Amino acid sequence: MSNVFQLVWLIPVLPLLGFLINGLGRKQVSKTMAGVIGSGSVLASFIISVLIFIQLNAGNVPKEPFHYFDFINVTALKIGFDFQIDQLTSIFLLIITGVGFLIHVYSTSYMHDEEPKDFAKYFAYLNLFVFSMLLLVMGANYVIMFIGWEGVGLCSYLLIGFWFKNTNYNIAAKKAFIMNRIGDLGFLLAVFWLISKLGTADYHQVFANVSKLTTTDITAITMLLFVGAMGKSAQIPLYTWLPDAMAGPTPVSALIHAATMVTAGIYMIARSNILYTMSPVTQAVVAIVGLSTAILAATIALKQNDIKKVLAYSTVSQLGYMFLALGVGAYTGAVFHVMTHAFFKALLFLGAGSVIHAMSGEQDIRNMGGLKKYMSVTHITFLLACLAIAGMPPFSGFFSKDEILAAAYERSPLLWGVGVGGAIMTAFYMFRLYAMTFLGKFRGTHEQEHHLHESPKAMTIPLIILAILSVIGGWIGIPEVFMHGGHRLEAFLEPVFAQSNAITVKHPLNHNTEYGLMAASVVLALAALIFAWSKFSKYQKTDAEETGFGKVLANRWYVDELYDAIIVKPVQSIAKYFNDIFEKKGIDGFVNGVGKAVNHGSRQIRLLQSGQVGTYVLMMVLGILIFFIIQLFL
Amino acid sequence: MEIKWYIGLAVALFCTGIVGVLTRRNSIIIFMCIELMLNSVNLLLVAFSKMHAASALVQSNPNVVSDAQIFVFFIMVVAAAEVSVGLAIIVMLYRNTHSVDVNFLNRLKN
Repeated sequence: MSNVFQLVWLIPVLPLLGFLINGLGRKQVSKTMAGVIGSGSVLASFIISVLIFIQLNAGNVPKEPFHYFDFINVTALKIGFDFQIDQLTSIFLLIITGVGFLIHVYSTSYMHDEEPKDFAKYFAYLNLFVFSMLLLVMGANYVIMFIGWEGVGLCSYLLIGFWFKNTNYNIAAKKAFIMNRIGDLGFLLAVFWLISKLGTADYHQVFANVSKLTTTDITAITMLLFVGAMGKSAQIPLYTWLPDAMAGPTPVSALIHAATMVTAGIYMIARSNILYTMSPVTQAVVAIVGLSTAILAATIALKQNDIKKVLAYSTVSQLGYMFLALGVGAYTGAVFHVMTHAFFKALLFLGAGSVIHAMSGEQDIRNMGGLKKYMSVTHITFLLACLAIAGMPPFSGFFSKDEILAAAYERSPLLWGVGVGGAIMTAFYMFRLYAMTFLGKFRGTHEQEHHLHESPKAMTIPLIILAILSVIGGWIGIPEVFMHGGHRLEAFLEPVFAQSNAITVKHPLNHNTEYGLMAASVVLALAALIFAWSKFSKYQKTDAEETGFGKVLANRWYVDELYDAIIVKPVQSIAKYFNDIFEKKGIDGFVNGVGKAVNHGSRQIRLLQSGQVGTYVLMMVLGILIFFIIQLFL
Repeated sequence: MEIKWYIGLAVALFCTGIVGVLTRRNSIIIFMCIELMLNSVNLLLVAFSKMHAASALVQSNPNVVSDAQIFVFFIMVVAAAEVSVGLAIIVMLYRNTHSVDVNFLNRLKN
């Protein structure tokens, strides 16, 4: 075994060190130092990840997890602090550290107006996030995964509420945290269930002993795990936190709420693929929830006017596609889409950040337009990303989305049809966003127009790198029909999903059907793209309110209002009841009552203290007499 | 003489002491009454000691002797020391208030 594997522990430890240095020394380190430490630690992890990837690609796969120390060791239950490195982990390591590094570099410029200590704090949080995410994907058992799972939730909270002086941002941060916690409870219960049935949470042992579990157990465990995934990966019904999470700085949205953290649920299900394959019920639920989320979020995105909100709903929608893929058993497709999505969605968010930077904080696309001639790099890269997400060949999104849709068609043509509907909407809203932002005439104020500029190098270079990846990233997964052995990612990930593939029955599509499906989805998406382009490139600002169905979409199907009415309001009124009646009257009444009684009583008894020696002596004698009487007669 | 006479005398002295303490305001008289109570108890101690020693003599038990006779002397010695402290307090009382009336000492009121 190669020596590179001895460095595995360094991958998460380096960002942790970065977090400690920047976090503890935030008042001492300069901005340059904070940026270098923050980005450098992630770059170092990226380099180690690449070395490990090279080893794995050459066929050197570690058989055993790397054991560092016992995390929990009580009687029969042993949970080690173990890392497991396999193909799936390696892909995620590359995405997290690679995209993470680019976003760190981008942040050094984007956050440059912050105070030095806030700047260092920002990088500390970002590094802590990378650390938690690495722990999540590297852990060799569900418990270590859960540590990372909670860690990323915490960092997400900290970073959404980074500008904590704004109350709305704090509310958004709390919303994200609470929704994540609801999901986490499901995850935790699933882990407990596993431990109680199998006595272990190690992946190796769980997957090897999966036949010992009854179908009911597997279904319950997988459903509970999926509840966890719903929270973290923003699926119905727990998706509403993600659009609100856009309150954080834009690079954070790119890193956490698009490229990495929200894919934790995908990773977890892909990791537990054998459990899901053995429970068709859960698979069906996952597929249906994923598809519904994809469609619902896409419809909402059609009518949003905040540049980041459109991207947020598009993220939710794309995550829905990934769950669709997991639900129909196309685990490779899901991981493939995670990868391509990480590239183009990070690019879209960073591009949006660049636009917001140029527009001096303006996020409403109705006030933009014509930015093409001011920001050429941002414009070109954004266009490439839009083409990628719309699934245009030969951009990366085409390959991954096509794989998912083909897998859906294998399961049921209906899933395919609805999925294509979502893809059409994706093309439409992305090009609506593109056209309204970059084409036409500028609709903002003169002051903003005067200020328009291309972003500095530290921001444009990550954009360019991500744009290249968005274009060519799909070429590692060229479908079988185009090129024999073209799907290198599938071959690479094969060992991870071998157990599942062994028990699933494949119905390969014949080549003509596959070409037909591809052509249909591409042509339809292209039509939507051209329609959106022509409709919105000459967009004129109107004050007219949305009416009818458009209003429902613009208000996000009133889901937030619905949750408010059926969950938040009742909980708050119960809380108010307990606060007003139980707490104030009951507990406070009792505590204050004791205090008042003592106070009042002592004020009365104080009068006995007359200062007359004679009285004291009389009391003493009386007391002795009383004792005397008690002694003699009672 | 029977023990009951001693008990009667001691109780009478003790009650005299208590009544004196309760009713008089002159601190010297109160002090004397306290001494009276102390010595009434001493008297009781001596009387019981003598009684037990006498009954042990009848049963020819050599282990019981009237030790309390000596014990009382010790109490008296300690009481003498205590008297000196008490009198000193009364002197200080007189210096501060130009009176030996205990009712002037009411500053701890309330």
